[in-house]
Amino acid sequence: MDDKRVKELEIFAAQIRLETFKELTTLGFGHVGGAMSIVDALAVLYGEAMNIDPQKKDWEERDYFSLSKGHAGPALYATLALKGYFPMEMLKTLNQNKTKLPSHCSRVHTPGVDLTTGSLGQGISTGIGAALASRVLGGKNYAYCIVGDGECDEGQIWEGVLFAAHQKLDNFVLFVDSNKKQLDGTIEEVCSLGNLEAKFEAFDWHVQSVYGHSVKAIAEAVENAKAQEGEPSVIILNTVKGKGCRPAEEAAMNHHMMFPNAEENQKEQARMEQVLEDLQAEWRAM
Amino acid sequence: MRQFELEKKTTRDAFGAAVFELAKEDPKILAIGADTTGNLGMKDMAKEMPDRVINIGIAEQNMMCVASGLAATGYRVFGGSFAPFISMRSLEQFRTFCAYPHLNVVMAGGMGGLSAANEGVTHQCPEDLSIMRTIAGNVVVYPADTASTRAVVKALGKHEGPAYIRLGKFSFRKVFDENYKFEVGKANILEEGKDVAILACGAVIYRALQAADVLREQGIQATVVDCSCIKPLDEETVLAVAEKTGCVVTVEDSTIIGALGGAVAELLGENLPTPMKRVGIKDCFTESGDLDLLMDKYGIGVQDIVDGAKAVMAKK
Repeated sequence: MDDKRVKELEIFAAQIRLETFKELTTLGFGHVGGAMSIVDALAVLYGEAMNIDPQKKDWEERDYFSLSKGHAGPALYATLALKGYFPMEMLKTLNQNKTKLPSHCSRVHTPGVDLTTGSLGQGISTGIGAALASRVLGGKNYAYCIVGDGECDEGQIWEGVLFAAHQKLDNFVLFVDSNKKQLDGTIEEVCSLGNLEAKFEAFDWHVQSVYGHSVKAIAEAVENAKAQEGEPSVIILNTVKGKGCRPAEEAAMNHHMMFPNAEENQKEQARMEQVLEDLQAEWRAM
Repeated sequence: MRQFELEKKTTRDAFGAAVFELAKEDPKILAIGADTTGNLGMKDMAKEMPDRVINIGIAEQNMMCVASGLAATGYRVFGGSFAPFISMRSLEQFRTFCAYPHLNVVMAGGMGGLSAANEGVTHQCPEDLSIMRTIAGNVVVYPADTASTRAVVKALGKHEGPAYIRLGKFSFRKVFDENYKFEVGKANILEEGKDVAILACGAVIYRALQAADVLREQGIQATVVDCSCIKPLDEETVLAVAEKTGCVVTVEDSTIIGALGGAVAELLGENLPTPMKRVGIKDCFTESGDLDLLMDKYGIGVQDIVDGAKAVMAKK
């Protein structure tokens, strides 16, 4: 991937972050930490890796995405709106009465969402189901899924991991958002995952571990994953919970935060807009 | 009193065979099981269509969400395991991932009700109908025998949305034949009488008919209704027979809390308060043993139905 394309994906990620922040501050609260940590992966998936057509959301050849950590829905909604699945204006309705953007992802409400998710540990299995369906039909669809590291406490994750390997499901690519925090504290404090790479290797998965805020590294990892035959792939994203949103990054615990101060919100939004403008200027200079 | 023959095959056999029939006609039908594909009569289908019978292993929660993912791409999925593991262990997965998105997922609970019998409380499931009834938009059916199971599966093959079907472990009594008609949301009046209405579902419909015979010998004319579709309940028929007879008995090998008896009580309580008796399992755990003997012991004997009919008639 050339530098200019990398810059474009970085710009897309900055746009997603900005719009996610605006969604959450319009509402006044939300799951900022885990939304911001997956933004770069979303930028790669929807900006580069996934075979999608926002104008044909039921296109049979489309790839599927399961946001198993469904509380990060606001980041996905920003991504989908920026891709043109629905008007940007809709982002202002997040989680409010009559919205099509419920806190956690719903296929019956939101254009572009194929798989309902939100209850932790379960979206991995729906993603596996979508990948399996493609294989039965003889299709070439990939299914991508993002789970959280805290979510890996759930037993069903490992049911899915075992089954996908048994099925040699090489059109399934799993991301683990390793942001090192969960609701009650850090992963190490609550329930250590130990050596996650070794665990997936022991389950016969193709394992990669990358810096989760490098769109270039993520994009290359996805390419590697798609080149594998006969085994599912996991890409462990080493991320920072709340990445790119200063109040979240500065908070010790940022799984869910309130945004009551309009002045501070405006200040942070302006800063994020500046980040975006700087990236766009760099792109123009390339 | 009429006698009903035990069938050679189980409703589980009939379920798998009917799914196979549907799959031959429709390439968008898949079967799924949690180490239970053989148990649910899917072996023939697996032999002929190995790619279309997916065995998840002993992981019901994973199975339910994989079914959701398959259905989300446009497939119609028939699957199942034992009733407690479908209606309890993977209930949330069914509710949130299959029913909430209103996907075409039909889940069968084998060994439902008391039918696990000798397997004991861990595998019996008198609660399944009550639990599955609470899920929004979910169809809940408990067929009486193999012929009706086939008709139910065929009907569910055309139904849009989720469904739960309770199956038995051992063979049931043959009540119906290939002329059995099933429609989602419709009950079948089997016999008409003016004195009392007996509403039954599944494996105990034959006992309701036997009770009607006993009552007839005593000069009491009973209406007997096949209420195998517990949800949506055929409200029109239930209200009509309640109005005509003035008293109602429900019969099922389920807990009396919230299953067919609960559904009928809710309907009558709000629309047509009518003396009624719920014949079923009281608020208790049962025990291991022979199915017929367990049904007699836990209050679902023919005599219990007869006594119930007389008790509600006395309250008219």
